[in-house]
Amino acid sequence: MPDLLLELLSEEIPARMQGRAADDLKKLVTDALVGQGLLYEGAVAHATPRRLVLHVAGLPAKGKDVREEKRGPRVGAPEEAMKGFLKSAGVTSAEQIRVVQDAKKGDYYVATIERAGRPTPQVLSELLPGIIKGFPWPKSMRWGAASREPGSLRWVRPLQSVLCTFGTEGDTSEIVPLLIDGLISGDTTRGHRFMAPGAIRARRWSEYAAALSEAKVVVDAARRREIIRHDARDLAFAQGLEVVEDEGLLEEVGGLVEWPVVLMGSFDESFLDIPPEAIRATIRANQKCFVLRRGQQAAGDGALANRFILVSNIEASDGGKAIVAGNERVVRARLSDAKFFWETDKKTKLEDRLERLKAITFHEKLGTQFERVERIVALARELAPVVGADPAEAERAARLAKADLVTEMVGEFPELQGLMGRYYAAAQGETPAVATAIEDHYRPVGPSDRIPTDPVAVAVALADKLDTLVGFWAIDEKPTGSKDPYALRRAALGVIRIVLENGLRVSMGKRCGPGPAGADLLSFFHDRLKVYLRERGARHDLIDAVLAAGQPSARAGGGESRADAERPAGSTLPSASGEREGANDDLLMIVRRVEALSRFLETDDGKNLLAATKRAANILRIEEKKDGRSYDDAPALSALVEPEEKGLAVALARAAHAASEAVADEKFEDAMKALAELRPAVDAFFEKVTVNATEADLRENRLKLLAMLRRATREVADFSRIEG
Amino acid sequence: MPTSTTPPEGAASLPPHLSPHRSFQGLILTLQQFWAAQGCVILQPYDMEVGAGTFHPATTLRALGPKPWRAAYVQPSRRPKDGRYGENPNRLQHYYQFQVILKPNPPDLQELYLASLAAIGIDARLHDIRFVEDDWESPTLGAWGLGWECWCDGMEVSQFTYFQQVAGFECMPVSGELTYGLERLAMYVQGVENVYDLNFNGREGAERISYGDVFLQAEQEYSRHNFEHADTEMLLRQFRDAETACKAYLAAGEGAGSGGRHGLALPAYDQCIKASHVFNLLDARGVISVTERQSYIGRVRDLAKACGAAWLKTEGGGAALEPAKEAA
Repeated sequence: MPDLLLELLSEEIPARMQGRAADDLKKLVTDALVGQGLLYEGAVAHATPRRLVLHVAGLPAKGKDVREEKRGPRVGAPEEAMKGFLKSAGVTSAEQIRVVQDAKKGDYYVATIERAGRPTPQVLSELLPGIIKGFPWPKSMRWGAASREPGSLRWVRPLQSVLCTFGTEGDTSEIVPLLIDGLISGDTTRGHRFMAPGAIRARRWSEYAAALSEAKVVVDAARRREIIRHDARDLAFAQGLEVVEDEGLLEEVGGLVEWPVVLMGSFDESFLDIPPEAIRATIRANQKCFVLRRGQQAAGDGALANRFILVSNIEASDGGKAIVAGNERVVRARLSDAKFFWETDKKTKLEDRLERLKAITFHEKLGTQFERVERIVALARELAPVVGADPAEAERAARLAKADLVTEMVGEFPELQGLMGRYYAAAQGETPAVATAIEDHYRPVGPSDRIPTDPVAVAVALADKLDTLVGFWAIDEKPTGSKDPYALRRAALGVIRIVLENGLRVSMGKRCGPGPAGADLLSFFHDRLKVYLRERGARHDLIDAVLAAGQPSARAGGGESRADAERPAGSTLPSASGEREGANDDLLMIVRRVEALSRFLETDDGKNLLAATKRAANILRIEEKKDGRSYDDAPALSALVEPEEKGLAVALARAAHAASEAVADEKFEDAMKALAELRPAVDAFFEKVTVNATEADLRENRLKLLAMLRRATREVADFSRIEG
Repeated sequence: MPTSTTPPEGAASLPPHLSPHRSFQGLILTLQQFWAAQGCVILQPYDMEVGAGTFHPATTLRALGPKPWRAAYVQPSRRPKDGRYGENPNRLQHYYQFQVILKPNPPDLQELYLASLAAIGIDARLHDIRFVEDDWESPTLGAWGLGWECWCDGMEVSQFTYFQQVAGFECMPVSGELTYGLERLAMYVQGVENVYDLNFNGREGAERISYGDVFLQAEQEYSRHNFEHADTEMLLRQFRDAETACKAYLAAGEGAGSGGRHGLALPAYDQCIKASHVFNLLDARGVISVTERQSYIGRVRDLAKACGAAWLKTEGGGAALEPAKEAA
């Protein structure tokens, strides 16, 4: 079966776009082929800095022949109609026509039409130019004389040539003629820009791959990365060193070379006084080089070595001496800058930098960084006792936390914010807790980042994020849909993780602030908590059930909603609703409740109680609607008749009380156990007692009894929200 | 210090002391020769303070409209904020850019660029030359393009841009722009670590003149000026004056040229350049807040756009005679 080979040679494609472009090319072309009924055996796409390559193997030489029958006019129809039919059906000979007999509607003609499948190259000639012209580059451009006219070809950088062939291994191949805005496809390409710039003819994939490899081009990006990884490790190993692995950098560097040649350079040891992260940032950001550390085997300390790995695109005639020397010059200049920053920065104490934060606007409506620091200081101090931190240390750390923003080093490498603060704090003799807090207060910066655990760091990290959230809520700049320019979802998730993973008790209501904005922020936290818990496998209905039960019962405004009618303020039964005003205030307790509920519902008692409570709630819903009233008053004990209803009343009073106390003590397992004890009484009640008794007062009392059950279970969750 | 570069190929007509290896001016002369051979007009620097060679009307304005254009020139560039009182070996508030513009870009512009490097002695078989993504955007000029920073052994030596838009207008056709950082390139070719140590004139001994001899005092004085003494009241006034004048000239030039074309695009654009530089000085003096900054940039961009629009109504911009009649 024949193969398609397509290569688009251009000027240098940005490294970050190459992988995606190869995937897009493969998908667009194979989808289009399948759309034309041309199935294939396999397809592989590659990208280098200068080319996109696609190899589709096992294509048919032509499309399938199509045979179809077309119904024509009835026998005896006017000649004109017959003529028209023959023409439209493309009938060329009388043998294609037969008569079908139909007793009911009369005989009619049928034409059999056979269409030979079109040759695949012809289909490709039509399909490919459109795909190339509409290629989804994230950013594309026009160029050259053609750009004089509107609508000229766009590509990521000027497209230089197109190779497109179709043919079989060992057999003849043909050029698939493509016409793309003045570019005409051929069967030639070029090798490495510097080492093999001559034309190369290639008609088939195997020929192409071999010729390019000969011409110093490694077409496969994964192989280029493997070469770099392997050669870098080898070079390092020979020196007793280890490469500080960096997948992001490897990906990028692999996209900057067609022929990776790994070399090692060095810099003066005196630069190792600079913090290792700053050395790495300098060498990585400016030079796209890897840093090395002293191997665990040799020196064993894992400290950075005064060496670096660079990846060149050529095998230089001097073995790379000039290239290494050139890179060393640049590294030296950059590290001189970094060293200068490091030493200059240390001359000014962090507290003496605060004044300069006045010049940095945090947000137009939220003031300067200086003002923000003032707020964080107050908040960190306030949070300190809650998280077990020393208030003075929390205050100190908060005050210095943003000072490194105005250091030279962070000005040059913004990604070192916090980290440099820690170094400068340690250098000026701050306590370890303060230094750690300055680094860690930005954490977690992503879902997989670690969270701060030291109490002082926790206080400042929470203060920083809460100030951000409260601030943006106050000015009504909340995330909407996919837009979250200030990363507020991340900040909220950070707060949730810090609180939960450190087992902290924080009153979120208080932290979110008063008024509608505060309430909205609290519910935003609840939403993020749901997302967080769901991702960890919790059932969303259980989270909803717990949150619904934890809603404060006294709500401003609407007093007529069903949810409110179910829980009048003046319940006569002992209830924890007073304490529960803020049950959703405490993220940790919400999670504990969900966990306890989840475990409870896995037991028979739990399932049974859920069924019974749902049954009770259903009956109540129907009857309360019918009667237009609520049955949430206490039942009259004297009006209880049957032993089973008396038994239930006693059990409910006991269980509700016990559950409520357990909840108040935050012993959710105990609360569940207390509810579980209701089971025999509830079962007996439903078995023996008719709720809708004919005597109105009996009925009313029994409905009130059911409402008691509903209320009792509400101590832990709103069972009506639980599925199943 | 011995250099690792090979002798330049295209500089045969220059005396040895003007080899790019040995003198800063030799580097400039070699590049001028090279690009002159490509049919570029070799212009002299624009006689106004600008932040980059792109501001020269030979680039900004000539990039607009359909007419072909090839030019190369050195442009002294001023970045008031980059002043370091002559104490930093790499940073200057005044430096030279060598600017090339080819409109439309020829299909082999990358090869031409590499040949120009060979001409100044950078051998692509010995040095690792790379084109690394760097999209260029000038918010003050309302311009953007795609291209690369060109690396030689890990050092950025040039910028290579295909202009897509200038002054808010699509470039039709697209120009290719090359900007060589001359000091940096010279430091590399001469094998010098400190810009002030560059040999300027290629002579040795008593006749030797270094970059520091020429510019160190200026760097010190202008750093003082830019950061400490520049008269901000005057500058604020100059900004307003330039803005007002620019708008006035644009209005007055409408239809004032021959055949109903715009007649004052170039003088108006001078005022735009002036406003831009004054803004840079104000920025270096730290008297512009973050929010104001955006608004100043926007004001300069508005001027640039209006100047670009006016240029397109001139002969240089390709405007036909009596456009009113043609339109009808």
